[in-house]
Amino acid sequence: MYNFTNLYEANSVQEALELKKQYSNALFLAGGSDILIKLREEKIAGSDLISIYMLDELRGICLEEDGTLLIRPLTSFTDVSMHPLIKEHVPVLGEAVDQIGGPQIRNIGTIGGNICNGVTSADSASTLKAYDAVLELASLEGTRELPYGEFNLGPGKVDLRPGELLTGIRIPKESYEHTYGHYIKYAMRKAMDIATLGCSANVKLSEDKTTIERIRIAYGVAAPIPVRATTAERAATGKPVNSQLLETVAEHALADVTPRSSWRAAKEFRLHLVQELARRAVKIAIEKAGGTIA
Amino acid sequence: MTHKLVTCTVNGKKRHYHIDVRSSLSDMLRGQEGLFSIKHGCDVGECGACTVLIDGKPFNSCIYLAVWAEGKDILTLEGLSDTRGTISDIQQAFIDEGAVQCGFCTPGFIMSSIPIITKETPSTREEIRKQIAGNLCRCTGYEKIVDAIEKTQKKRIEEREHTS
Amino acid sequence: MGIIGTPLSRVDAKEKVTGTAAYTEDLLSAHALIAKVLHSTIAHGVVKSFDLSAAWEVPGVVDIVTCFDVPDIQFPTAGHPWSTDPKHQDIADRKLLNTRIRCYHDDIAAVIAETEIAAIEAVRKIKVTYEEYDPILTIEDAMKPGARAIHDEKPDNVIVHSSYEIGSFEEASKDPELIKVTGHYETPIVQQCHIENANSFAYMEAGKIVVVSSTQIPHIVRRVCSQALGVGFGDIRIIKPYIGGGFGNKQDALTEPLNAYLTTRVGGRVVQLAYTREETFACTRTRHAMQFNIVSYIQKDGTFAARSIQAYSNQGAYASHAHALVANAVNGFRMMYPVGAIKGDAYTVYTNMPTAGAMRAYGIPQIGFALEAHVDDIIDKAGFDPIEFRKKNMMKLGYVDPITTITCHSTGLSECIDKGDAYLDYSKKRAAYAKQDGPVRKGVGMAIFCYKTGVYPISLETAACRMVLNQDGSAQLQVGATEIGQGADTVFSMMAAEAAGFTTDRIHLISKQDTDVTPYDTGAYASRQTYVSGMAVKKTAEAFKAKILAYAGTMLNRDPWDLDIRDNMIVHTNQTEPLLSVADVALESCYSLKQSEHIAAEETHHCADNTYAFGVCFAEIEVDIPMCQIRVLDIVNVHDSGIIINRQTAEGQVHGGMSMGLGYGLSEFLKFDPKTGRMLNDNLLDYKLMTAIDTPELHADFVEPHDPTGPFGNKALGEPPIIPVAPALRNAMLNATGVAFDSIPLNPEKIFFAFTKAGLIK
Repeated sequence: MYNFTNLYEANSVQEALELKKQYSNALFLAGGSDILIKLREEKIAGSDLISIYMLDELRGICLEEDGTLLIRPLTSFTDVSMHPLIKEHVPVLGEAVDQIGGPQIRNIGTIGGNICNGVTSADSASTLKAYDAVLELASLEGTRELPYGEFNLGPGKVDLRPGELLTGIRIPKESYEHTYGHYIKYAMRKAMDIATLGCSANVKLSEDKTTIERIRIAYGVAAPIPVRATTAERAATGKPVNSQLLETVAEHALADVTPRSSWRAAKEFRLHLVQELARRAVKIAIEKAGGTIA
Repeated sequence: MTHKLVTCTVNGKKRHYHIDVRSSLSDMLRGQEGLFSIKHGCDVGECGACTVLIDGKPFNSCIYLAVWAEGKDILTLEGLSDTRGTISDIQQAFIDEGAVQCGFCTPGFIMSSIPIITKETPSTREEIRKQIAGNLCRCTGYEKIVDAIEKTQKKRIEEREHTS
Repeated sequence: MGIIGTPLSRVDAKEKVTGTAAYTEDLLSAHALIAKVLHSTIAHGVVKSFDLSAAWEVPGVVDIVTCFDVPDIQFPTAGHPWSTDPKHQDIADRKLLNTRIRCYHDDIAAVIAETEIAAIEAVRKIKVTYEEYDPILTIEDAMKPGARAIHDEKPDNVIVHSSYEIGSFEEASKDPELIKVTGHYETPIVQQCHIENANSFAYMEAGKIVVVSSTQIPHIVRRVCSQALGVGFGDIRIIKPYIGGGFGNKQDALTEPLNAYLTTRVGGRVVQLAYTREETFACTRTRHAMQFNIVSYIQKDGTFAARSIQAYSNQGAYASHAHALVANAVNGFRMMYPVGAIKGDAYTVYTNMPTAGAMRAYGIPQIGFALEAHVDDIIDKAGFDPIEFRKKNMMKLGYVDPITTITCHSTGLSECIDKGDAYLDYSKKRAAYAKQDGPVRKGVGMAIFCYKTGVYPISLETAACRMVLNQDGSAQLQVGATEIGQGADTVFSMMAAEAAGFTTDRIHLISKQDTDVTPYDTGAYASRQTYVSGMAVKKTAEAFKAKILAYAGTMLNRDPWDLDIRDNMIVHTNQTEPLLSVADVALESCYSLKQSEHIAAEETHHCADNTYAFGVCFAEIEVDIPMCQIRVLDIVNVHDSGIIINRQTAEGQVHGGMSMGLGYGLSEFLKFDPKTGRMLNDNLLDYKLMTAIDTPELHADFVEPHDPTGPFGNKALGEPPIIPVAPALRNAMLNATGVAFDSIPLNPEKIFFAFTKAGLIK
């Protein structure tokens, strides 16, 4: 039995927004793998909940007319990783969420919940950040678009305004076309674990595969929020594809991260991983793109 | 509203449960249907001992709200035997391969293995391990559990090939 | 032997794969009251007062009990047979609820309520005023002069300091030609992590307090509850249904004594006391963290000349099994290589850490790691061959330990080593891997162990068994020895069938222990049951057979000495033709108008012997140096546990122990806030048990010398598989990278700092 006070079940997005307006202190409940566990830990005991879990209108993945990939937020991790559109256009996202938890967690957990709880370790976050995803946030007043890069405000804090609900995650065609990515989740276990450090890198190579046209690298758990390694990106853009590139990326990534020491891992260890993961993620992304590291 | 009527299918039978909305699915199934195969190992979705199939997919019933079961098709370990108590092939395989020790994690593992043994193409042992990675066992080291699942999947594929 | 060694599926497997096997929570009435414990939020201090007013206002609260309300009785919790000699009794150093707080999450109050939510809410609303002392978390701090006494009875916080010396260490280490190797080794606090949490429920019936509990030791728990409540042994009844693992944690009285008391507070109504996973982590028992200083002097020919060990064991807040663990460890130090002069000093020290208790292999995984790591350090320094060195110095057949007098009645250790070496191609690979460069390197490692079977002569070994004949010729078998997942029920069924001449399907073992009716046995620990309880089963089955034959003799007008039972049939000892069936005898004996007799047998086995089991682990790993990660490529345990009663259940035990050893060596440890003593990773996400995808393929093999002291030639098996794994992995790391780790687990962060120090990572 869960220790919450009232449960309001929404049957539509509109109803969800209206319930939130009426019960402003109530928490939206998607798959529950975050909130229900927090309730057990008594962090939010006694809260009111607005369950949106049954809203199938918030599930699914499609391509919009202009080629934008639209992911509805209640899509489970399993459904994201198995979806043909993800496999075709941005397989690294499917690979990233396929490393979350275990099969049971991947069936209940949602990609929207993953980014809305605002933790730096969220396995979908670094990839979405590295693909310049755009969020659709709905309220009774209408919808607004927000680049995902601006969504995380601090540990556990996101730019979800009172009365707002995440209703869409978009990856523009220009962001995923001819782009190949790799995500490394460094954790103590190969399943049922939170990243000690996560690195998502994607590259767009020149036609002859010898030069970096575009490179984007994002980290989880390297800072209080998921971060883009923009210094490393700038240093690597336009550079030839070779082993020196990997060293460049590794070295410059240090400027963009602020990992801390916690009882889970020491800072020096995380900094070392920042570099090593940059090397490996970029290398594999390049190989997926058809390039070769000499 | 503190109570609600939930209608769902449990082990093939249509059921109506009058529940406290704060109930988890495991509370409802254990408390109202006596399905004690669903075990409490951690209550936070970290051990898999409470795994059930919902519309054919494995979920931790301890972190699944009972109200979400509305309209769903739920399968627990008790639903694998027929009405005369004849057990299924995967249950027999767990016995034959020595995959059972204390037995507390066994129901969860058997449920997690159902989607694996129904696959049309054979899984490697590594793939099997990934599909049961959400279930913890402290007794077996997983070795004979993987054996039981691998053998059952193989048998089913062979049987399908023979009948087709 | 017809049945021993044959493949027999577990007798309880069907119940478990259908979900009909009932564990403690499954037996709970739907209308039970729920109890929750208030655990302290300081590690050291005193409860001054409670404000219960807000807690009482929570709807559904039935009773609140505090440390000021419970009987003023200190009792011991350890799963040991009681000693009638006060000098050897377990230390009684805690009450049902404690006023003096000695660890973070100590038990200080309890709420009984109508629902779980009400109980939890009420516990949270209890206000406590503490007088706080500084937490003493390390052995060093606890042993400092002037450190506060955690228990008044032990003013210097040292529970026991014991020592021994074989020969003269000083004399034997004098020779300047000797090679000297020293080392300091440490093992962490880990937890048993049985998947079923500690839980029980209690009620009163017919004047007794009944506790249904997930325990390994029902008869001992009965005694502890009676001591804790100040009532007679016979006033308590413990029922043990199927349990979801124990691994030593449940070889202690955990929730039972308090649960028994709480039911008396509410007029005997059913009260459940079920620990959450977090409480199981932080409020039950752990494996002792130990530190060892080892000094070895070795002759040029590779023989040990002199060895010494100083061992420190962090007991935590309460005594529980106390010194027995580290004493076992320093004895193990001596027994593994019983050559030359050997000196040992062992300290068990109170601290404000959670209470340490029993966990699989009881001190030997700790010394097993330290000593086998040390042996590879010796080999690394002096250039000896790792297998020859071990074979030269390890225990041999006929060895009698000078202190415990335990004799080596059988050994297959040399063959175990050869099998492991051959399987892994260890010797060749070790040489090949000795000099590698590059970021990814391979390594092989090995470790050996020896382990005694049961606790004689250190403590009492006793077991009883009962067999009762049904009118259809089948029999009930009752033992106080418990099935905790290891396969005891199956093995006892086989033994009883074998000794009585029955087939196993005619033996019905009653799995649930009920201290009102179940014969006495101390329970599942020390890998004792197949050896000690098994002998009770054998004796009982033989006595049972004799009674059946005596009656058959009267039916056949033959001398019972000429008769035997084979496959449920009475036969003449020299012939195969069945004369009568056991069923015929059973029916007649019960209903005879001339001589009605109800055939049953009950025997005690008081075990006054012991013997050593042996084994090895060989492992091959791959180390990704920049990623600080280890991948286990191949691993095998080879065990000498004498005759294997049931190969399938035995393999399962080995796999499980290997998996536990892999966790011990690579990923498991409990972490604590160094300021407050609070456990930080008290959950299954942050405490890293290996999942199925982290675990490599596990290989198990056996060497089966017949041990003359085992009921069927068998020796310890349940615990040993964990012992050699962590040191084998550590030694493989040494082979792969040249980096010697002196503590476990070899987790990535530890590897990172060691590799950085060694220059492998810049």
